Amino acid sequence: MDTSITLTVDGSEHTLDVDTRTTLLDALRERIGATAPKKGCDHGQCGSCTVLLEGRRHLTCLALAVAHDGDEIVTAAGLTGSAADPASRGEDALHPVQQAFLDHDGYQCGYCTPGQICSAVGVLDEAKQGHPSHVTDDLEVGGDVELTDEEIRERMSGNLCRCGAYVGILDAVRQAAGQTPGRGVDPARHTHDHETEGAR
Amino acid sequence: MKELTYVRADDAASAVATVSADPHARFLGGGTNLVDHLKLGVATPSTLVDVSRLPLDTVEVLEGDRGGLRIGANVRNSDLAAHPVVRSTFPALSRSLLAGASGQIRNQATTGGNLLQRTRCVYFQDVTTPCNKREPGSGCSALEGYGRYNAILGTSADCVATHPSDMAVGLAALDADVVVLGPDGERRVPLADLHRLPGHHPEDDTTLAHGELITAVELRGSELTRHSTYYKARDRASYAFALVSVAGALELDGDVVRDVRIAWGGVAHKPWRATVAEQALRGEVYSEDAVRAAAAEELRAAETGDDNAFKVAMVRNATALVMHQLASKQQHPQQGGTR
Amino acid sequence: MTQQATPVEARSMGTHLDRADGREKVTGHARYAMEHGADDGVEAPLTAWLVQSTIARGRVVRVDPAAALAHPGVVSVLDHESAPRLADTEDRELAILQDDRVGLRGQIVAVVLAETPEAAREGARLVHVAYDEEPHRASLEGAETYAPESVNAGHETDWADGDVAAAFAGAAVVVDQRYSTPHEHNSPMEPHAATALWDGERLTLWDSTQAVHAVAKTFAPMLGLEAAQITVRAPYVGGGFGSKGLPHAPEMAAALAALSVPGRPVKLAVTRQQMFALTGYRTETVSHVRLAAEPDGRLLGIEQHAVSQTSAIKEFTEQTATAARMMYAAPARATTHRVAALDVAVPSWMRAPGEMPGMFAQEVAMDELAFACEVDPIELRVRNEPDADPETGNPWNNRRLVECLERGAERFGWAGRPSAPGTVQDGDWWVGTGVAAATYPTLWMPGNTARVESLGGGRYAVSIGAVDIGTGARTVLVQIAADALGVDPAAVDLHIGDTDQPAATVAGGSAGTGSWGTAIVQTVQQLRADHGEHPDAGVASTATAEAYPDMDRYALHSFGAVFAEVRIHRWTGELRAPRLLGVYSSGRVVNPMTARSQFYGGLVMGLSGALFEESVRDPRFGHVVTQDLATYHVASHADVHGIEVEWLADDTDTLATPFGGRGIGEIGIVGTAAAVANAAWHATGIRVRDLPVTADRFVR
Repeated sequence: MDTSITLTVDGSEHTLDVDTRTTLLDALRERIGATAPKKGCDHGQCGSCTVLLEGRRHLTCLALAVAHDGDEIVTAAGLTGSAADPASRGEDALHPVQQAFLDHDGYQCGYCTPGQICSAVGVLDEAKQGHPSHVTDDLEVGGDVELTDEEIRERMSGNLCRCGAYVGILDAVRQAAGQTPGRGVDPARHTHDHETEGAR
Repeated sequence: MKELTYVRADDAASAVATVSADPHARFLGGGTNLVDHLKLGVATPSTLVDVSRLPLDTVEVLEGDRGGLRIGANVRNSDLAAHPVVRSTFPALSRSLLAGASGQIRNQATTGGNLLQRTRCVYFQDVTTPCNKREPGSGCSALEGYGRYNAILGTSADCVATHPSDMAVGLAALDADVVVLGPDGERRVPLADLHRLPGHHPEDDTTLAHGELITAVELRGSELTRHSTYYKARDRASYAFALVSVAGALELDGDVVRDVRIAWGGVAHKPWRATVAEQALRGEVYSEDAVRAAAAEELRAAETGDDNAFKVAMVRNATALVMHQLASKQQHPQQGGTR
Repeated sequence: MTQQATPVEARSMGTHLDRADGREKVTGHARYAMEHGADDGVEAPLTAWLVQSTIARGRVVRVDPAAALAHPGVVSVLDHESAPRLADTEDRELAILQDDRVGLRGQIVAVVLAETPEAAREGARLVHVAYDEEPHRASLEGAETYAPESVNAGHETDWADGDVAAAFAGAAVVVDQRYSTPHEHNSPMEPHAATALWDGERLTLWDSTQAVHAVAKTFAPMLGLEAAQITVRAPYVGGGFGSKGLPHAPEMAAALAALSVPGRPVKLAVTRQQMFALTGYRTETVSHVRLAAEPDGRLLGIEQHAVSQTSAIKEFTEQTATAARMMYAAPARATTHRVAALDVAVPSWMRAPGEMPGMFAQEVAMDELAFACEVDPIELRVRNEPDADPETGNPWNNRRLVECLERGAERFGWAGRPSAPGTVQDGDWWVGTGVAAATYPTLWMPGNTARVESLGGGRYAVSIGAVDIGTGARTVLVQIAADALGVDPAAVDLHIGDTDQPAATVAGGSAGTGSWGTAIVQTVQQLRADHGEHPDAGVASTATAEAYPDMDRYALHSFGAVFAEVRIHRWTGELRAPRLLGVYSSGRVVNPMTARSQFYGGLVMGLSGALFEESVRDPRFGHVVTQDLATYHVASHADVHGIEVEWLADDTDTLATPFGGRGIGEIGIVGTAAAVANAAWHATGIRVRDLPVTADRFVR
């Protein structure tokens, strides 16, 4: 059974007839051709299909397209060009989170990457809004959350990476959160004895 | 996935009317479990009534000394966990929510839907294997099969599944009430009575009738609920269902247990209120040994197999840990939060 | 005429170069197998969905497609009677839909083609299959085993040297234990998938594979085609870890489906659940290890007898005991492999087949020996360091295991570690540390061909049908080519991932960069020899590398040392690994950034295997029941804490490759689980010999 819906994807409006069974992920990938969100498990168990839906990070595999008629979606592809400097819009304007993933090699095969990046954008926003996490010590402290390494790891845990790029992902989110400088500031970071802090 | 009719509900009453009238209709909330089941063939409804946009998405602070909450069924898990009153007055709820699933899923999953998620038993989710819960009378594959996540309390010969929700365990310890709208109007169900044990009808997870819709969850705040927390033991450090979990609340009067709540996850077909253990502790002098003994008393009825025998010690120890954290905080209030 | 490559001086190699495909990946523009559209020639594709057997052994009596065909959008149902015929059906994993036999639960028994994914999925659900079921065997326990002719990678099944019985009879100290590793699934994030198009003359596959040429070469004779009639493209592959090294049945299903609808592209994505039956896995292994030693820990005898299982429809024997043949010095050594043929899914390669499970067993046994002899585990390994390869007697190319252990010990802070277990507690946690050695052979594959063309102006195009599955090949091959050419990396256009490019071997066995890189170096040198330093635009050379390392004269291996700190919760038994350090000697590192990620990746997968991974097969049914990512756990971000990697300085090995590097894709997973298990023992005194090391072993 088909139903007509409208989705705004990466700034473009799409009106399409979808089978009521079509997931949001399949509508994006198979119908609209927006293939940045990936199908890794199709059951909400990996995070590869993460997008920003109405501004919040959201899985698209466990959502029916028809239930999201009228919604606005930003995929990793749509983050490009939204960099802070309006003059740099266009081909070269990576989102700071995308740039941070490049700088810190926060990926290998790239398949989970668009989902990781959308998730990281969501994490930064949730922290600004003061959302606590499983590892937040004191629930009663409101306001900005300090994104410690432990907080980043927990908050990014809904995105599995089988290549095991978590060290780079952590460094990337740290950089995007403004807690460490980007590449170029510390040229030694890519030498063979790159240090990663021992965690507790 | 069977072909579906999709209806976006205009209001709760009409949604209830539609689903009540059609045995093959289902409510659709956040979708995190139902869409999963549609793909697996575990759920085969012909009509979905989407209630996710109904205006049941606010957390109302209720009047009263200690504060209470009326949580709309569509409040997203992440928003509920971040709500200032939940964080201050019902920390076990916040903690249990944050221990569940992932950031994305918590942005999507609703309060009502979380309560109604179904077991993650591998056989339930695999339509090629027998499962009494999915197909009554077909047999239970888990009884003699993979049993690491099987229940140890309240099981039956027909089903050894566990309820997967963390939030429900938190709510069980907080004595929540569930507000339900049916064709004949609204009723309140204590959370402890919402879910049922499998018995001979494991196909029924809850005591709700077909077509009844959860519209809200209500909580009453107290000194006890303020001193509550949640611990989840799991293989993976995040994004994993519980091996066992414990929601606890403890109010001490000096060294004496004035009041206590203990609820367990990962051990039964429902959030397990450890009322035997609570009774054994209430009015007694608090000690770790007393908690262990009380938990052991509750666990006397446990039935285990090779794969899940560890849960007895694990849930007993986790209970002792939770009570230790809560007691320490009251005995040494200068020390930080509980986790 | 072609000559063997000669060593290349490093300029770009050893320095950082941004990933050539990083931008495509972070913006989501990289195209994977299911993402090719009209601009690639994939227009109005059909979706194919697999129907799997629900019995483990028997015959298909009837496939009834009526209900499926009645479903709107379903186009056709292929079964063993209606599917296109194959010219060669000897490989029973790949020869699907050719006869009525069922050899494993989850076997492809029909393929549904439909206009949409929704219709295809529902169509597959509606296909009714009737079976004549036969009794099956799906458990290694108690199964009859046999000695295969050889084991994976062509190793000898049994190998012995010296008088083992005498060694054990006279030994002061003996460790005699059984170690096991469970079934594990590679679980790359991109499920196996292929888009296939048959235009009546040529078959094009956009495939998620580690080896485009191998797919074409394997499929051509089966499909009755010339290899030149098959084009395989894999511009981007979402991980493989061995599971995409060899073609599996779903790719054949896509090919057969395409043949049945000439002119119409067909897209087939394997579901996550289907991957557990159809795309390979690491078999369960059981190793009986015996170590005989002098009181000071010097080994007198080493035995490893490994048992694993394979599928009755296709033999694959994990080479579990091969590392025991070369790792340590001992006058007497005996290793055997036995395998049981069961009615189960076909096992295959998973990252470091053989070394991963084998070294788990051996390196835990070494830890047990160290404790028994009251010798530090590092010192024990130093005392048993062989001067030459115990297996071949050949000199080592570059064995620097002791340096790895000593450098690691220094960086990890090993000194002063209490030798007794269960002595360190920090709050609610027992704390322990452990070490294990790692090794991986230097494989080098002949038959790689490269083409190097001058584009004029000092620019060059380099083509080779290699695949970058995330390893960084697309970047490091540019660096190798640039240094061979004596140009800046920016002057090299690299073309890989397609059978339109010259023949190349698999991205696997940690042999991709070495084998492809050798071919590129040789071809560059050929170009220089034929056309000088400044060839005209359009001038090109093509060369095939048939030989480089002298395997007959040298024993070529990489080595490493892994250190782990493990914390075990005293109330719940939960394990966390706050620190993991790997120190490696693997020859020249071509790109420090991509290499570091490779090592990290191996360590993370090793940690994941140590703590979580276990595919639980229910022998009553014959299939894996933990068949998704919620029940088959791989490490999440929160599980990975302080991971550090280091490689030894001045590590250039031109005996292995002309650019001095050996492979690094696999060694990171080797030994890691042993280091974790050894640390868990050190924390608690509880020795876990069966992976994974889970909380239930420690809760009391």
